[in-house]
Amino acid sequence: MIELLLFYVFAAVLLFAATMVITAKNPVHSALFLVLAFFNSAALWLMAEAEFLGIALVLVYVGAVMVLFLFVVMMLDINLAPMREGFARYLPIGALVGCVMVVEMALVVGSQDVDLMRGAGAANASASLGMSNTKALGSVLYTVYAYPFEIASVVLLVAIVAAIMLTHRRRPDTKHQNIDRQVRVRKEQRLRIVTMAPEKRK
Amino acid sequence: MVDLSNYLVLGAILFSLGVAGIFLNRKNAIILLMSIELILLAVNFNFIAFSHYLADIQGQVFVFFILTVAAAESAIGLAILVVLFRNTNTINVGDLDSMKG
Repeated sequence: MIELLLFYVFAAVLLFAATMVITAKNPVHSALFLVLAFFNSAALWLMAEAEFLGIALVLVYVGAVMVLFLFVVMMLDINLAPMREGFARYLPIGALVGCVMVVEMALVVGSQDVDLMRGAGAANASASLGMSNTKALGSVLYTVYAYPFEIASVVLLVAIVAAIMLTHRRRPDTKHQNIDRQVRVRKEQRLRIVTMAPEKRK
Repeated sequence: MVDLSNYLVLGAILFSLGVAGIFLNRKNAIILLMSIELILLAVNFNFIAFSHYLADIQGQVFVFFILTVAAAESAIGLAILVVLFRNTNTINVGDLDSMKG
């Protein structure tokens, strides 16, 4: 009973935060409400016994991705007024599409004919094995899914390289090392032998 | 007791809010990226709920990979936005018509 109450509280705050994300005037507010949404999702994932992913959501999303969002939002000097035009115009169709999708999915989920629990009892979840969620996830991730796991790391590497390549720029007025020219330098370019008269001691 | 359909309906509403956000904020590319994050979050909700109620850890493995790809996607998307703003001084999606699409 208390569990259901907690679920409704977290779900209500999550949906409120998601609504504010898409309707807030200021993108900074949107980003902060998205942080709130992620926190409540993490709480709900903890309730669904996905503890590792709940903590990972807070660490990865709130700690890294949302900070990145906030950096970009605050770095870009955006004129907000033209961004808002068309908001009222698209509000009816946006609400209509949203409501239609909710109703459709609720019909599928709430239908008595659809047995959502079909296929249950594969019974390799963490509780049935008597190990923690993190251990159960790791025992599958590093054995059965080792190859996809490595592909995921390559995806992250590509993302790092792409993000740096996209945003990195060489400013012309900064001093930087040109290794190519450094290696190709000749003695004549650096060394100058001068002849001068020997000095006499008086 | 929290039922499976509770999680699924919550995921459905969250997904629809994300889609509605794409409709409402068609000009602002940053809010579009945030709406995509909401949609991915809703999908993750379904995976986690099914993983819990079917007692199958593989759904959580899939959520793990979705989180990875979503983080990479938002990092590259924001990098593209920064370059875009540097070159055109706007992130208004309506102004991006240089390819005459």
